[in-house]
Amino acid sequence: MSKKNDKKFSLNLGQLTIPIIAILLLVLFNLFRDPSFFYIGIAHNNDGNIVLSGNLVSIINGASELAVLAIGMTLVTAACGGQDISVGAAAAIAGSVFVKILKSVPSINGFTVLVAFVSACIVAMIFGSFNGTLVAVFKIQPMIATLILYTCGRSIAYWINGGATPTVDSPIITAIGSFIPGIPIPTPVLIVVAVAIAFKLLFHFTSLELFTQSVGINGSAARLNGINATFMKLLSFILLGVCVAVAGSIGVSRLGLINHETLLLDVEMDTILAVAIGGNNLGGGKFKISGSIIGAYVIQMLTITLYAMKVSSTDVKAYKAIVIILLVVIGSPVIKAKFAKLTAKSKFGQPKQPAKGAD
Amino acid sequence: MDEKMIEKLKSQKTYRREPLTDTQLLMTITICIFMAMYVLAMVFLKGGFLHPQQVFDMLNDNASLIIVSCGLTIVMIGGGIDISVGAVTSLVVMSCVMYLNNGGNIFVSILLALGIGLAFGLVQGFLISYLEIQPFIVTLAGMFFARGMTTILSVNPQKAAHEGFAKLREVKIEIPWLGYYAKNGNLVPARMELGVVVAFACLIVIFILLGFIRLGRNFYAMGGNQQSALMLGINVKKTRFLSYVISGVLSGISGYVFMMHTGAGNATNAAGMEMNAIASSIIGGTLLTGGVGNVAGTFFGTLTLTTIKKIVVSSGLREPWWQSITTGGMLCFFILLQSVVLGYRAKKKKA
Repeated sequence: MSKKNDKKFSLNLGQLTIPIIAILLLVLFNLFRDPSFFYIGIAHNNDGNIVLSGNLVSIINGASELAVLAIGMTLVTAACGGQDISVGAAAAIAGSVFVKILKSVPSINGFTVLVAFVSACIVAMIFGSFNGTLVAVFKIQPMIATLILYTCGRSIAYWINGGATPTVDSPIITAIGSFIPGIPIPTPVLIVVAVAIAFKLLFHFTSLELFTQSVGINGSAARLNGINATFMKLLSFILLGVCVAVAGSIGVSRLGLINHETLLLDVEMDTILAVAIGGNNLGGGKFKISGSIIGAYVIQMLTITLYAMKVSSTDVKAYKAIVIILLVVIGSPVIKAKFAKLTAKSKFGQPKQPAKGAD
Repeated sequence: MDEKMIEKLKSQKTYRREPLTDTQLLMTITICIFMAMYVLAMVFLKGGFLHPQQVFDMLNDNASLIIVSCGLTIVMIGGGIDISVGAVTSLVVMSCVMYLNNGGNIFVSILLALGIGLAFGLVQGFLISYLEIQPFIVTLAGMFFARGMTTILSVNPQKAAHEGFAKLREVKIEIPWLGYYAKNGNLVPARMELGVVVAFACLIVIFILLGFIRLGRNFYAMGGNQQSALMLGINVKKTRFLSYVISGVLSGISGYVFMMHTGAGNATNAAGMEMNAIASSIIGGTLLTGGVGNVAGTFFGTLTLTTIKKIVVSSGLREPWWQSITTGGMLCFFILLQSVVLGYRAKKKKA
């Protein structure tokens, strides 16, 4: 039964097979374990607003930063065939700039928040173009190039903060980090939706998607066809910079303070994982942003499920690792080929090879 | 025409006689820069840099990093990556300390360290080479697993209270003629920990493996061009598998050396070690793309990384952020230098 279902999915969904199977498995597991996991309640928060609460809401809310970063990381992965491991450090820098500007203005209102966010964006884009230049112009492997910022990024954030962990206290920042009065959906979720729509529009009205894919599949062939491969790689890093600034600002707004050590700690690893679970080839080429976003929610759902099972936050990593390995083993080309052979042999299997389209 | 031919022949000859391969060139650059840096520090900063003990301190503190970087260099030469090494080191420290505290003996604890490393190497190597999963994801999962297991074993720091182990830790190699006279006139000999000896043993073994043994040469062939290595009849899958196994075993050894240095297990042990090891390998002239690199370079890479940190501290930049900012700057310098040098050579070869 279940096998048949899986095959149907792989026929219809191609690249999205693994993330959707993963989500279904997690949902099934939670249904058997404790159906009240899916309960969505309505509660009043401290300010007296009516808000949604429950595990599902906290999954979708908690994965916001990860989802935004995964969008940018997918582009970088597709164009450059490598990953940026400095997103956490860059987000700390962007967050520091955000707080620094807010601290220096006399009063925090909508306009100053916008100015602070734009400045954070510009700084993150500058650091993004630094990484991008190393990768695109100097032809250095992305992981090595971004290792530089990974090493010193959090220290630069510490420097900007002047050796402290400054706080900002304002109703606007609280609204960005949690809820806007009158809207029961957490604001970070709305921001993710906005970013996703922005990228969808970008893909719809420009040739960014096609160009990025062709640069990733074969850079020199793309160049011969008149695509500026260097610029496309640089552009992917700059777009990731925007995502980093958004994620950093959300992270800062949640807590109302910037801590260079703990803001989005280890998020680079989770982001790369989200891209991989989304069925994207880490070696570049074809990509699907939706896969990466689902991948981000898979990771967060896994984490929240483990928390609900009373696993302590430090031990979660070990269980996460086991699930990751299981997922990638299911998705590995060798296992897929074997599976396809088995189904081809059996009576019920169709002679088509669905697994091939998925990678 | 004739002149041109002669020129061409000449250039071919010089090409054939070319004394340095990419590996050797990058390694030489690193060694020269390290020497220059150290000599400048001796001249301008004086202080500790004038005592030989400074070098031994650097070795004592970084013995485990050197061992881990050796393993990583092999994996990187083969065109892969292993980011689980730091976490495995931490797991080995914690489990050996717990085992010793519960009344184990030293010999078995060494076997335990090697066993944990070997197990990680075998599983990761199998997944990467035989199931063809991306190395970054597999070793990332390995890293998560090892870090998680470390905290499952114990969240609180554990101090090793085993008598025999305490004695083993006390064993230090003293070199009197490199010592110095303290203020009260006593000779303080230079001290080197046992871990450094282990690190040097690993270095030599791997240097020989990479330079003179078929398996080691296969790593270069595989990293340089996997397709042609396959055509040459090299069992690429097995070679890749073995590179991860060696890296795993070396992380096990590194864990034991780390424990001999600190004497305690802590969940945050060896945090960020994998990135330090990658940085050491890169500074030492190993390319992540594979096929180029040497453990001797890696050794000097580690020392360069440590020296720059010491120089920053002793030159008066006491704010905590300067160390990593300068490390990042230096990394940037080396990466750019390599890119420019290799790019220039590739152009020259083409012409």
